[in-house]
Amino acid sequence: MSFQVIVFYSFAAWLIFAALMVISSKNSVKAALFLVLTFASASAIWLLLEAEFLAISLIVVYVGAVMVLLLFVVMMLDVDYAALRQGFVKKLPIAIVIAAAFFAVLYSFITSGEFSAENYAAPAAKAADYSNIKALGRVLYTEYFIAFEIAAVILLVAIVAAISLSFRGRRNRKAQVVSKQLEANKRNRLKILKVDPVESAQPEVAEQEEAKS
Amino acid sequence: MLNQLLAIVLLPLAAAIVAGLAGNLIGRAWSHRITIGAVAVSCALAINIALGFAFGGLQSLNVTLYSWAQLGGLNLQVGFLIDPLTSTMMAVVTFVSLMVHVYTIGYMKDDPGYSRFFSYISLFTFAMLTLVMSNNFLQLFFGWEAVGLVSYLLIGFWYKKETAIFANLKAFLVNRVGDFGFLLGIAGVYMIFGTLDYAPVFEQVAKGFNDIQIPISEEIAWSGITFVCICLFIGAMGKSAQVPLHVWLPDSMEGPTPISALIHAATMVTAGVFMVARMSPLFELSEVALNVVLVIGATTALFMGFLGVIQNDIKRVVAYSTLSQLGYMVVALGASAYSVAIFHLVTHAFFKALLFLGAGAVIIAMHHEQDIRKMGGLGKMMPWTYATCLIGSLALIGFPGFSGFFSKEAIILATGNSNLAAADYAYFAVLAGVFFTALYSFRMFFLVFHTKPRMDEHTKSHVKESSLVVLIPLILLAVPSLISGWIIAPNVIDGSFFGDAIYVSENHDVLKPLVEPYSSQLGLTLHGFLTLPFLLAMGGLVTAFVFTVWKPEWRETLYNRLSVINSVLKNHYYFDKIYIDYISAGGVGLGKRFWRWIDAGLIDGWIVNGSAKTIGAISGQVRKIQSGYLYHYVLVMVIGLLAFLGWMYWRALAG
Amino acid sequence: MIGLSDYLLLSAILFAISVAGIIINRKNVITLLMCIELMLLAVNTNFIAFAHFLDDIAGQVFVFFILTVAAAEAAIGLAIIVVLFRNRATIDVEQLNQLKG
Repeated sequence: MSFQVIVFYSFAAWLIFAALMVISSKNSVKAALFLVLTFASASAIWLLLEAEFLAISLIVVYVGAVMVLLLFVVMMLDVDYAALRQGFVKKLPIAIVIAAAFFAVLYSFITSGEFSAENYAAPAAKAADYSNIKALGRVLYTEYFIAFEIAAVILLVAIVAAISLSFRGRRNRKAQVVSKQLEANKRNRLKILKVDPVESAQPEVAEQEEAKS
Repeated sequence: MLNQLLAIVLLPLAAAIVAGLAGNLIGRAWSHRITIGAVAVSCALAINIALGFAFGGLQSLNVTLYSWAQLGGLNLQVGFLIDPLTSTMMAVVTFVSLMVHVYTIGYMKDDPGYSRFFSYISLFTFAMLTLVMSNNFLQLFFGWEAVGLVSYLLIGFWYKKETAIFANLKAFLVNRVGDFGFLLGIAGVYMIFGTLDYAPVFEQVAKGFNDIQIPISEEIAWSGITFVCICLFIGAMGKSAQVPLHVWLPDSMEGPTPISALIHAATMVTAGVFMVARMSPLFELSEVALNVVLVIGATTALFMGFLGVIQNDIKRVVAYSTLSQLGYMVVALGASAYSVAIFHLVTHAFFKALLFLGAGAVIIAMHHEQDIRKMGGLGKMMPWTYATCLIGSLALIGFPGFSGFFSKEAIILATGNSNLAAADYAYFAVLAGVFFTALYSFRMFFLVFHTKPRMDEHTKSHVKESSLVVLIPLILLAVPSLISGWIIAPNVIDGSFFGDAIYVSENHDVLKPLVEPYSSQLGLTLHGFLTLPFLLAMGGLVTAFVFTVWKPEWRETLYNRLSVINSVLKNHYYFDKIYIDYISAGGVGLGKRFWRWIDAGLIDGWIVNGSAKTIGAISGQVRKIQSGYLYHYVLVMVIGLLAFLGWMYWRALAG
Repeated sequence: MIGLSDYLLLSAILFAISVAGIIINRKNVITLLMCIELMLLAVNTNFIAFAHFLDDIAGQVFVFFILTVAAAEAAIGLAIIVVLFRNRATIDVEQLNQLKG
């Protein structure tokens, strides 16, 4: 039993366990944390498949960013998670049946011999100075350049969408309202009072100031 | 010459526009001054041209003025064809129109629609002139429809009168039937000859051409030229009120009397006769069509004469007389005596307009009472009207020496000479018609002008001779009623009058035997006193005298004895009943059924509302699937994915 | 040695689990989101396994893009959940049937 086999099976076991915990845990925070564990074990599996860059990206992007965001949301929202689990047991049999059916079909596909070791031999080992990141980067910036750009735009759109969806805006912000500025005219702002110079008294002046303001 | 022709046509149009649109601005007096001035100039020019053709040796003129459109090989043009036939019609139309214009000043004196009326009759003059002066079928059709329109407007001139509205609608609809045939005929002309201009068509006919056969079924094929001629003649039947499309003409008497004289006696109704005469080269090619023309004309001449005998409305008597005389003209056409038909058209225009205007004068004097049973003894009170009406009536019955004598005698003789299959029937019909013409004419004449006055005292005390504007047209029309036949009869019969405007093939030349007797008017007139038609006419006259003046009480007895015939005649042979109760009602019923079954039932019920209802019902069921719960969709998606996977797996196994 | 089918089986198991999770956690939108992430993970694992065994880097490029889109989707999904909660004071999917036909 080689080291690789041990690694594979142990991380596969962790992966399946964590995935089961994600769907079955009562608390969404726990579920999110188990999801982190799922991703972590998956990235180990990916390392076995020599996809080093993607394995790291999975950790960085998913565990570092998406899962943290998810946790934020879960903790931020004051949700009665227990209430949301009603009917959990009732739906369990049908869920198991469907999942088993899925697995049965996929299993019979996979074990039909089409994907056997003869058809898909393990590739030869790469050279020592082979860099997965370099290889990926080379095709990404040449062959898949347009797709890459579109992906960038999608991310930008996602940022804008997420912000504009959840942004409530301040109620008393000091923005300019151009139409109101243009509407303004002298009559609304300025009031000229005729003051009798002889009987000019202090209180009237005060009143005047008040009216002006 | 061309400028004169343009002036003849366009002056009445301009006057009509001025009087029609600015009638209120320029006032009543100027309305009639302008229109009468325009028509008078037209009339003078037209008579000048007609005289030029008759005596001055003018040459025929065929000119295209304006090209309206060119569709492939089809030229749609406006143009004039001026020849003796056209010039005769122009002179008649403008002359009668002028007389009617003048007469209208008196007749419509108190009518609120005075300017409108003058505008209409001027417009009519324009339309009729474009019709007769046309050099192609398109313009002919334009004029044809335009006179129909003006006729419609004028029958319904008193548009607040229910019966007038009914009558003008009836005239319009019945004319549509004829016009449909006419249009088919024009289309047929284009199909056969490939052009709508007269000249090329007649040229092709003269050169001899191959008639096309119109296949109707496997065995039967129609001769193209016969089809065209019969279709054109159906148009003429509508416009010239031949049986069975005659029903509109008696009802058209709801319009003002000047209109009855101008449009429904002298000019428009003779458009059909003119058209057939104009198409004489075509009709000469089809004996079938000529036979049809003969039968229709003879039937109209005789049976409409019967109806005239029992009418009590003074205008309706004259109207049925018009129908009968139109029948005579059509008989002449059918017998290939086209020039005689036009001859009778001309003389008839004069004496029938005269009779109508005379009837109008009587009607004014009687304060718009039209029932001849309530008149009587007017001869002494209205001597001028009496005299002119006597001239008109004598001309109508063909009393030797009067204009009608020459033309009607020629028709009878020509029909007798014809060797067509239907000629015998036509000859009998026109001969019998003479008797009835005299009978109804003089029945009316005696009842109106002789016998004891039967009107009430108030009316009687107001009866007086008409004013000068009414009398002058009467007198001016009486003159040609007397002499026009005498003047032109020899030239018409020997063919020198119309020249080559009218074409008669050798074996249809029924006028040749008439040339010799017609060369001397005096001799013919004296001979006329001995012929059968004269005896028949006198018989009719005497019969009328017996039943109206001498023994009026016999009339009742006769009515009672012949009650069956009487009721048939009273109902106008049930034409109206058949048309209104069966054809129209059937059409309406059919339309209602179609509406209910096809429109409301099939289209609205099934297709329009039905599809909406079907979609609604399906949607009502489908919407239940859309619960709005996310997990339902997810479940369906998952199951669908599973099914898809299973299907692929099954495929893989099978493959 | 570990063959392609082992990796494929692993991702099949992961996929079946996430399908089951979607069905049983039918009320909690956040858990639903997590299950979708799990599904994407299963798919990505498949891609990478094939990329490895076919020795074709294109599979990894796909995963790269899927990660990008999944991140965007997660951001927008969470934003929607926040707005939803703000408006309805719940994230219970059973109460969200405005689209009922």
